[in-house]
Amino acid sequence: METLKKITASPLFLPLFALAVLLIFNIIFVDGFLTIEMTDDGRLYGRLIDILNRSSSLIILALGMTFVIATSGIDISVGSVIAISSAVCCTLIGGRGDGAAEYPMLLAMLAAVLAGVLCGVWNGLLVAKFKIQPVVATLILMTAGRGIAQLITEGQIITVYYKPFAYIGSSIPGNILPTTIFIAIAMILLVTFIIKKTSIGLFVQSVGINPTASRFTGINVTFVIFLVYAFSGFCAGVSGLIESSLIRAADANNAGLNMEMDAILAVALGGTLLSGGKFNIGGSVIGAITIQTLTTTMYALGVSSEQLPVIKAVAVIILCLMQSSKFRVMFNNWKSRNKVGPQGDKNFLMDEKAVNKA
Amino acid sequence: MNSKLRTLTNEAISSQYFSFFVTVILFLVLYGVGIMTYKGFMRPQVFFNLFIDNSALIIVTIGITFTLLTGGIDLSVGAIVALSCMILASLLQNTGVSVPVAVVAVLVLGIFIGGVQGYLITAFNMQPFIVTLAGMFFCRGLTAVISRETISITNDFYVSIASERIGIFGLGFISIGAVVALCALVVAAVVLKYTKFGRTIFALGGNEVSASLMGLPVFKTKIMVYVISGFCAALGGVVYSWIMLSGYTLHGLGMEMDAIASSVIGGTLLTGGVGFIPGTLFGVLIQGVILTFITFQGTLSAWWTKIVVGALLCIFIIMQALITERKSKLSSKSSIEAAKQ
Repeated sequence: METLKKITASPLFLPLFALAVLLIFNIIFVDGFLTIEMTDDGRLYGRLIDILNRSSSLIILALGMTFVIATSGIDISVGSVIAISSAVCCTLIGGRGDGAAEYPMLLAMLAAVLAGVLCGVWNGLLVAKFKIQPVVATLILMTAGRGIAQLITEGQIITVYYKPFAYIGSSIPGNILPTTIFIAIAMILLVTFIIKKTSIGLFVQSVGINPTASRFTGINVTFVIFLVYAFSGFCAGVSGLIESSLIRAADANNAGLNMEMDAILAVALGGTLLSGGKFNIGGSVIGAITIQTLTTTMYALGVSSEQLPVIKAVAVIILCLMQSSKFRVMFNNWKSRNKVGPQGDKNFLMDEKAVNKA
Repeated sequence: MNSKLRTLTNEAISSQYFSFFVTVILFLVLYGVGIMTYKGFMRPQVFFNLFIDNSALIIVTIGITFTLLTGGIDLSVGAIVALSCMILASLLQNTGVSVPVAVVAVLVLGIFIGGVQGYLITAFNMQPFIVTLAGMFFCRGLTAVISRETISITNDFYVSIASERIGIFGLGFISIGAVVALCALVVAAVVLKYTKFGRTIFALGGNEVSASLMGLPVFKTKIMVYVISGFCAALGGVVYSWIMLSGYTLHGLGMEMDAIASSVIGGTLLTGGVGFIPGTLFGVLIQGVILTFITFQGTLSAWWTKIVVGALLCIFIIMQALITERKSKLSSKSSIEAAKQ
């Protein structure tokens, strides 16, 4: 019993449990879920690999989002930043039919990531310098960003025929695993290094818990918040590269659509409080994989990508309810009352309502 | 002379309606530029078209202003507009439900969605943006669940409502939607200014703790604000369906930002407690004028509207921040002077 309590109290329990449930569901209901085959050109192929491949961009987004949420902010512009970054990348490489690149691919990739960082810097300026509420500040880029992406691509969907561009999304010849997984691992290592070897992680946490107290202890709160949004932009830029390479095109309307919700979900599932403070990078990574598994499962069940947000929205509300201290108090009261028998009828009814809502 | 001018500007800045005046002047300047650049701007119908085309946005903005006044936010409005259009379209096309019943059903749904969001925000202390963001995805997804294709509305009675023209002094005409929007504007202005409920909203936005210490019904008011926002979004959806005569998943995409921008341009502070309903009308009209510019210009892509609106929102928020800073400086200065005397 003691050990069971310890396990359920761990922040990683919830995302791992959800992932396990989804995997078991998939193994039972989806044919050949576990099979991994070798293709003729020497790549591993299978549903599990596919999930990992697809979840890489979400993992990277979730890394950036974790820091933003830890400072009690939010960045809902990441989906549009992905669109901008992929538009920049594909426009620079160019959609030439003969498979040649207009500019070197490395330059295009750098420019795309830089565009993401610029977007992040803009968000950071608005939030940290001008003290605009994070949700409104990033809402500006969320709606205007797709317009900017449209302007970059001139309203076209640019399809890239340049071969090496596809290597980012699938795999470099001779490698058995998709490149995206290596990019995601590199980003996770980078973030872990930053947290372990510098005090930035501690600063972010402190700013999230109490910005005023942090300022009094000598932390440059403005700079920390600015940095967090810039990093989120950087992550979105890298995700944009992956997303555009996966479809080998830049689609300003649909690239990264609804991904802000996925990223927020992943972070919330990973045990980071949406009110800021303590954060958990490992949780966010597992959360991202879980969310991608959920998405893939739903697609397998025949739910369309436009309908999927319904399920995710309900999941977000349930997660937030579980994080809410008021709900916990209500829930605990309700549980203990059930043991001794109902006492206060009014409170009892309220709890009922809350549980029904959830 | 110089000092006189300075006191005058100081007084103007510390005036409650400074932001409103800036907005009205900006609107007049934009319209003036329009008249000078394009001949067509002179026609009175161009002015009336601003009301016809933006009737839904006016109503949605009124709703969102209520939530902004309490320091909250409602991101779900655009999605509720889409959901309302879709439900209306599918009820009228696929079932035999009569028009009034369908409209009432949509309005009740708006109230219900707003109520659920308000309850979650108030009872469980959840952040408004996360709840309404989830609401936005939920409603947009639900729209796709009903139908992923466009459903056109061909109901005769409904089309006749939509195409009804109400003449104004022989100068031009407005639609029923515009009349509904103007009525909603008047009702909202009266409620906010002259009722206990309206004043409670301002008190709540100013300082929630002191409002509850004063014995004001904070819990109820906070839920009501989101109910009003949901209702206005649904009403906006009905009016929007008169303009579009169809239901589609992407209707009202990004409308939440247009509404927030209009509200802020009209003088609502995002921190809550300060706002002026007639200002929001001019906020919407400014956006309408910009859109008219883009239409008259002809070669600019429609995407520029979103970018311009985003830029305007930024400028106004930054202006507000500067004004607030200036005000607090002025008030501290005057209090020091008072202490000296």
